[in-house]
Amino acid sequence: MRTINVLVLACLGLFVISTAQAEVSEYKLDNGLKLIVVEDHRAPVVISQVWYKVGSSYELNGTTGVSHVLEHMMFKGTQKLEPGEFSRIIAANGGRENAFTSRDYTAYFQRLEKSRLKVSFELEADRMRGLQLTDEEFQKEVRVVMEERRLRTEDKPESYTYEQFNAVAQITSPYRTPIIGWMKDLESLTVDDLKVWYQRWYAPNNATVVVAGDVKGKDVYQLAKQYFGPLKPSKDIQAPKPQTEPKQKGQRRIQVKMPAQLPYLLMGYPVPSLSGANPEWEAYALEVLAGVLDGGDSARLPTRLVRQGLLTSAGAGYSLDSRLSGMFLLEAVPVQGGTIKKAEEVLMKEVQALQDKMVTKAELERIKAQVVASNVFERDSIFYQAMQIGVYETVGIGWKRLDEYVEKIQAVTPEQVQAVARKYLVPDHLNVAELVPLPMDSQSRRQQAAGGQHGRH
Amino acid sequence: MAVIKMLRIVMLAGLALLTGMAHAAPDIQHWKSAQGAQIYYVHAPGLPIVDVQITFNAGSARDEKLSGLSSLTNHMLGMGAGGLDATKIAQRFEGVGAQFSQDSDRDMAWLKLRSLSQDKWLTPALDTLALILSSPNFNSKDIERERKRYLSSLKREKQNPGSVAKRIFYKAVYGEHPYANMPNGTEETIKAIRAADLKQFFSRYYVARNATIAIVGDISRKGAEAMVERLMKQVPAGEEAPLLPKVKELKSGQVIRVSHPSTQTHILMGHPGNYRGDPDYFAMYVGNHALGGSGLVSRLSDEVREKRGLSYSVYSYFSPLARKGVFMAGMQTKNDQVDEAVKVLRQTIKGYVDNGMTEKELFASRKNITGGFPLRIDSNKKILGYLAMISFYKLPLSYLADFNKKIDALSLKEIQEAMRRRLHAQSMVTVIVGGEKTVASQ
Repeated sequence: MRTINVLVLACLGLFVISTAQAEVSEYKLDNGLKLIVVEDHRAPVVISQVWYKVGSSYELNGTTGVSHVLEHMMFKGTQKLEPGEFSRIIAANGGRENAFTSRDYTAYFQRLEKSRLKVSFELEADRMRGLQLTDEEFQKEVRVVMEERRLRTEDKPESYTYEQFNAVAQITSPYRTPIIGWMKDLESLTVDDLKVWYQRWYAPNNATVVVAGDVKGKDVYQLAKQYFGPLKPSKDIQAPKPQTEPKQKGQRRIQVKMPAQLPYLLMGYPVPSLSGANPEWEAYALEVLAGVLDGGDSARLPTRLVRQGLLTSAGAGYSLDSRLSGMFLLEAVPVQGGTIKKAEEVLMKEVQALQDKMVTKAELERIKAQVVASNVFERDSIFYQAMQIGVYETVGIGWKRLDEYVEKIQAVTPEQVQAVARKYLVPDHLNVAELVPLPMDSQSRRQQAAGGQHGRH
Repeated sequence: MAVIKMLRIVMLAGLALLTGMAHAAPDIQHWKSAQGAQIYYVHAPGLPIVDVQITFNAGSARDEKLSGLSSLTNHMLGMGAGGLDATKIAQRFEGVGAQFSQDSDRDMAWLKLRSLSQDKWLTPALDTLALILSSPNFNSKDIERERKRYLSSLKREKQNPGSVAKRIFYKAVYGEHPYANMPNGTEETIKAIRAADLKQFFSRYYVARNATIAIVGDISRKGAEAMVERLMKQVPAGEEAPLLPKVKELKSGQVIRVSHPSTQTHILMGHPGNYRGDPDYFAMYVGNHALGGSGLVSRLSDEVREKRGLSYSVYSYFSPLARKGVFMAGMQTKNDQVDEAVKVLRQTIKGYVDNGMTEKELFASRKNITGGFPLRIDSNKKILGYLAMISFYKLPLSYLADFNKKIDALSLKEIQEAMRRRLHAQSMVTVIVGGEKTVASQ
């Protein structure tokens, strides 16, 4: 069985090298704008994405969430366009559009029939420097964002726990604040805060345009010069301060008590991402480590914990492609009647096992086979291809290193997986958050708070 | 200003061109397997991938008294087959990089496989899938464990005001019709399901004549034929599932309020909508597009979000099924704004139906829908989705090729009349969940 797998892997490798040659070209405009074009001629469509190097990890205390609110305001009119007109023009061209904000980037995209790319470029170039921020539109939109926050965080016990966890598990890292911002910061945010933010970060020398689809690199470059070329670069773009997280000295534990039905456990250890990993292989080994635990139904957490009836659900997560060091996360929902303590125990046993014994060859090969195949599967989505390039470029890794991903994963050894488990998943670096459900109805909650009989719990 | 204005003119000219342009719809081939399954196939050699979806007429509408039976049966197919346990099965798929998944809704239950197309990866993955199709384990220990996980997930759902609202909404809209139940069942019924029920459901509905198979990818017609025979060899022919009962229209509207300890209140509004193959389908599709089906540019979004800042997400949709699926509009707002929100939502829908879509809205919707047609079929995954839908609901093979023509052929009057005939603001169910009022402490 093992030899077969090794063979499979070797062939997969060759196979991918011979077919995964999507044509990618890179250009730079005089004003500093970067353009990356992926040619994929399978369908007469194009995706256009504009990536700005700004997100919640660039923000300052008191104005958290400003990047995301600004993303909303980017649809609210420019010197040339009425509020909402951007969306109406894209719609009239048969397009789909949206935007997203993360810790490390803010990105805008349109999906269009291929002849419409110029519409996207004209509109994106217009709002890159010409946004009209009015207090009237801001006042309405910030309320929409507060509703978004209620929907995504305030009323979702697990999300709320995750938010609290981040704030406690990290002391100086800007990853400690939520992307959407603290509610109190949203309440005191002003249109002037947005103006400062927009002026500072929205400029061609802080943007990467990624285009993928049935287009030619050179044509797109000409189009980009025509529309983005005249824009003036910003002079006050400075790399954010490092805010490097101090070394953790001992465990941190918190509880979050709120109305909920199920308890939930979230644990994390600080780990480097690819941009900060030294030596570099550690990042790939951590990626494989996450795969050993949670990469598919044959991975350890589903096999040894969930299907053994020890946990209702379990997960592990690592993000290789973030700008700063982040967390290696483990999460679990106990079985009915089970405790958080027990859930932590069984997860810890898996961590221990990774440190004590090397992962088997068969496991490693299965993970690598999945990585290799996924790399081909991902090419079915031009959005995803563009997205990967945008992320790598914007967090400072550089899109060209996407090419080495499969190769570097394949080079990871059992010794390296064990080494990162031993180096990073150590007890003194553990952070733990526990969601403690309170009764859903207010009467029982009040009784419980007063020390009386529990309601349903 | 001038540049953008000019752009708009250029765009319009371009649009006229675009409408005249024929966007090639995929060439769909259709045949019947030796065992009686309906096969729909599109050759897509662009990437070395094969996608296959086997869909059975075995959704939760077939649950009868044991709500959740369809879903749990489908779920258990991932828990081992042919004497191999779930881990062994997963290892077989993942060892060749294949992705296997299964799921179900009210009408359908399906299994899906994505694999690299070369025989040496594809064949082992297909053999594993064939094993699942012919001899799932339904091991009692596995069933007990998964039952508990279902119960946990039902419990977890109660944390979420949106899920709570949806469950109440379906019950109120469908009453005694099988669509009334949520596919994942209830605590009571999930506890009542026995291994024998799962096995019986499987042998009744997971049969060739009750199956459609969609195949897209880098595989020849001959290869696809061989693949089907390989997959279905051990699957008995069986019988197609009977038609479901028709959905009754609601005679009157009702408002259901449920308190929930959330900071937002979720509002759902609607009634039975349309079905696949409905003569009004396209008119209602375009009609809803401008009402609440097109993101930020729809009328609901304009009234609720853009003008008043009441909600992050506001929408309306038709969810056509074999019988009438729901028409549903929804939003969420902070608790003290709920009265205003319900009023705006109701008045916007009523105003739209009573006074009709405007010429301008039709023009914009038509341009968006037809101009965006290529985006619907720009990946193998999306084509697979259409094939599965077309095959399951027995829609014409020309469904995609005719799509834009059908949209362009509709007049404003036809759309207005269809919406007036089929949407009735006064008989809608309104579900409001959230906004727990502070009760005086005892």
